[in-house]
Amino acid sequence: MDANAGNLSLTERYAHFVTSRPWLTIAIALAVSLSMMSGMQRFAFDQDYRVFFSEENPHLSAFERQQKIYTKNDNVLFVIVPNNGEVFNKQTLAAVEEATEQAWQLPYVLRVDSVTNFQYSHADGDELIVEPLVSGAEQYSAETLKTKQSIALTEPNLRGQLISEDAEITALNIVFEMPQVQPEKELPELVGAVRELQSKLEASYPVTVKLTGVVMLSNAFFEASMKDQQTLVPAMYAVILLVIAILLRSATATLATLLVVFLSMLSALGSFFWLGGKLSPPSFSASTIITTLAVADSIHILVTLFEGMRRGMSKVDAMRRSLVINIAPVFLTSLTTAIGFLSMNLSDTPPFNDLGNITAWGVVVALFLSMTLLPALITILPVKASKKRNRVSHAMDAIANFIIAKRTPVLIAMVVFSIVAVSGIKLNSFDDNFVGYFDTSIQFRNDTDFANDNLTGIYQIQYSLESGEDYGVSDPVFLAKVDRFVEWFRSQPEITHVNSFTDTFKRINKNMYGDDNSYYRLPEDKALAAQYLLLYEMSLPEGLDLNNQMDIGKSSTQIIVTVTNTTSKHIAEIEQRGRDWLLHNTGMSSYGVGPAVMFAHISDTNMRSMFISSLVAILVISLIIMLVLRSVRLGVISLVPNLLPIAAAFGAWGYLVAEVNVGVSMVTGMALGIVVDDTVHFLSKYQRARIEQKLTAEAAIRYAFSSVGVALVVTTIVLMAGFMILAQSSFGMNSGMSQLTSVAIIFALIIDFLLLPILLLWLDKKDYAIAAITRANS
Amino acid sequence: MKHLIVVLCTTLLSSICLALTPEQRGLEIAIEVDRQDIGFGDSQSNIVMILKDKYGNERTRQMRNRTLEQSDDGDKSMIIFDSPGDVKGTAFLSFTHRAADDDQWLFLPALKRVKKISSSNKAGAFMSSEFAFEDIASQEVDKYSYTFLRDDKYQNTPVLINQLQPKDPASGYSKLEVWVDAKRYIPLKIDFYNRGGKLKKTLELSDYSQYLNKFWRAGNWTMVNHITGKSTVLKMQDWQFRNGFDDQDFNKNSLSRAK
Repeated sequence: MDANAGNLSLTERYAHFVTSRPWLTIAIALAVSLSMMSGMQRFAFDQDYRVFFSEENPHLSAFERQQKIYTKNDNVLFVIVPNNGEVFNKQTLAAVEEATEQAWQLPYVLRVDSVTNFQYSHADGDELIVEPLVSGAEQYSAETLKTKQSIALTEPNLRGQLISEDAEITALNIVFEMPQVQPEKELPELVGAVRELQSKLEASYPVTVKLTGVVMLSNAFFEASMKDQQTLVPAMYAVILLVIAILLRSATATLATLLVVFLSMLSALGSFFWLGGKLSPPSFSASTIITTLAVADSIHILVTLFEGMRRGMSKVDAMRRSLVINIAPVFLTSLTTAIGFLSMNLSDTPPFNDLGNITAWGVVVALFLSMTLLPALITILPVKASKKRNRVSHAMDAIANFIIAKRTPVLIAMVVFSIVAVSGIKLNSFDDNFVGYFDTSIQFRNDTDFANDNLTGIYQIQYSLESGEDYGVSDPVFLAKVDRFVEWFRSQPEITHVNSFTDTFKRINKNMYGDDNSYYRLPEDKALAAQYLLLYEMSLPEGLDLNNQMDIGKSSTQIIVTVTNTTSKHIAEIEQRGRDWLLHNTGMSSYGVGPAVMFAHISDTNMRSMFISSLVAILVISLIIMLVLRSVRLGVISLVPNLLPIAAAFGAWGYLVAEVNVGVSMVTGMALGIVVDDTVHFLSKYQRARIEQKLTAEAAIRYAFSSVGVALVVTTIVLMAGFMILAQSSFGMNSGMSQLTSVAIIFALIIDFLLLPILLLWLDKKDYAIAAITRANS
Repeated sequence: MKHLIVVLCTTLLSSICLALTPEQRGLEIAIEVDRQDIGFGDSQSNIVMILKDKYGNERTRQMRNRTLEQSDDGDKSMIIFDSPGDVKGTAFLSFTHRAADDDQWLFLPALKRVKKISSSNKAGAFMSSEFAFEDIASQEVDKYSYTFLRDDKYQNTPVLINQLQPKDPASGYSKLEVWVDAKRYIPLKIDFYNRGGKLKKTLELSDYSQYLNKFWRAGNWTMVNHITGKSTVLKMQDWQFRNGFDDQDFNKNSLSRAK
């Protein structure tokens, strides 16, 4: 008590200073936040999908290693859909030729592959002709068109990849090498140019163009984020405005709160940019989350302020009292919330590290501004308290009475609810299809689904097979192994296409024997194969080299397996199956890589690290609660209302959704930091009543309900609203994360109101009663 | 008087004759560059080709080059591959033409046959290097139209920067900018612009030596691709002239005998 008294006098002195020197306080608060906000001019957004993986991520480093050996796969799949459903007619082929020609002029283009520039090799006497499959299609006769179609449909390199099996849809695969010098300018420039080509082609030919591929994926991350910022953030402010206006019925108080919230958000983002940070879709959602969290501090202070004013205190006195009462709990809840978000630093996905750090910092700034700017503004602005006591307050008393009267049935109901809810956890399974991250309001999602359903898969697994020596790719023994691997993969049910140089080798061998089909097989002599390779390479036009299939030393070859639209778990399983088959049947070991494989493992990797970091966060937060409440008992009891809401939320998710993406796996730490606030506020009021006012557990519970019940309901509504708005995000990591968090928040309120009081009645009865009696007797 | 103008025009050709348009001036430079090499007859050299990518992967190839000058057409040349072992003995023959597409053949020793290579791939890569066929083919004046750009200095040497625009639509380039040594009329550096008009590659020619007191040959050709970050170095050594080659040494039959 003595130490507390010392603290109180310090907070009293602080409260006095803030309310007697409001202009100075405002000047300091604005100077601090404006200096942080000025970082906003360094706004930067990282559009590369690789941002989701840390540098230590084994799947990313394996992929990057392979990207250094073969041509990169940063591509746009430019899907051309003829309106008449026929690829092999003059107009469509002319459109494809035109698109192919124009695509070579796109910025950063490395190569363009299409059915028209496909390098079709055939024999003509002693000459090996290697030429574009289609050239000058507008002059083609019906018969020629037919021939070209049958060549394309029997060519393993085209069928199921650049031409659909019914010859109704075709595509250009355009590969880019981004200089990465000014990434924030390069991607929009490139996407702009691709879209211009799309509209030009659609205007000149009877075709529709759809755009997908890795470049469009990266762009979709950016566009989804921008769309969210334009729709979700204004919605968020509208909701806050509404809630505060209804609750406080004071224009100036609402204005002051909005200012605190707005400055907190911009200061946190500004600081992030000062440190050279770049936003990405998950970290961009920090703006919405900070907005939501920052409101809570102001609400607690303003609710107490108006309560004091209704009692007849002057505005300044009421503000001083409010600060004195709220500094400790608001500081404590900010601290625990920040710790929860900081636990995201153990995530293997850097954008979530950023999200955690930006939000944690935003919470700290909100605390600072709520303690400085808010009281100072209230001091100088005219503020009136409405006379009426809120209806919710009456409801709080009713809830308290109900729980105390019906404690046993309520406890049984809560236990049953908890067991049922928590047992749903096992129904969850990981799924991180990067296409599924986007909802159908994003064009990328629609176009990719279309390509997936009608032309080819978007998920690819790349295997690099190494022969161990230069020009080893022409070794017949090695080639035979590669061929078996390719043929085995083609026999797997989930595979739409396998790209391998062995097909080209077979075709050249056939060409060398006057196009005799019985020679459609791998060359059997190493030197001969090497010389075929040289001849073929010398015949290829500009840009269409073999580096996408072989390294520069011709010692290894890349097999690209395209998978049907499936779950990320399944993709990981197929990759493993291929790797195992290869090892058992050929003795070669190769690890399948690619964006699909990286995303297939992202949740798994993150869940593991998040489990550890959540444990650490729980430990630290519980220790802080024990320390502040000076009670191990209350600290241990607090574990129930802190952990149960999250477990129950994951369980409910299992019943309702069952698919957990990486955003959802982030929820443990961040939800913990938020839900713990309710417990802290409730327990601190309860304990104050029992110690200072020597109330019984029952009376202390009634006191806690009446003093913080309203504030808890209001903050829960604001938080729910905030996360429900973010749940409307077109980006699945954000929406999943927010949906689950809002479920956890509502569960937290229910458990704090219905279960925590009963636990206190049950487990915290004896000690206080005996202590009270002992104290009374003495 | 008339005589004096002619003298002035010929001696001070490069800078004073204001009557010359940039196009005429460009053409004059090209003709002068071409003239420097007239009469070398034939030559041979050893070539080491080093392929590099931007990640430091590197491979070396070895080959020999023989060239026969043609007075009324582009040169004939033959390249014989010595390494890697699997393509040893493979020989490449090309006839450069002033106006028409070049003719190209490849002899495959394992198949013991000569195969013609499509002539439409002049923009394609030679032996998966950064050199296109059109970069290593003999440069004929008629293949480009010219615009003189400016006088400049390159590595402390006065140069004339000449712009070349390929006449053949099959060329991989929209234009070339050639840094021509203003005294010796030999190219020191060439910037290649792709069909989209972007700088794609840069060739630097260095270690020039003069042979037979007249003909300059670069010992080091370094081509850098700015888009992919890949590069190729050609080291041309052991130049020999007047080897007594004739047309019989440069036909399809001689290909299979070339060793």
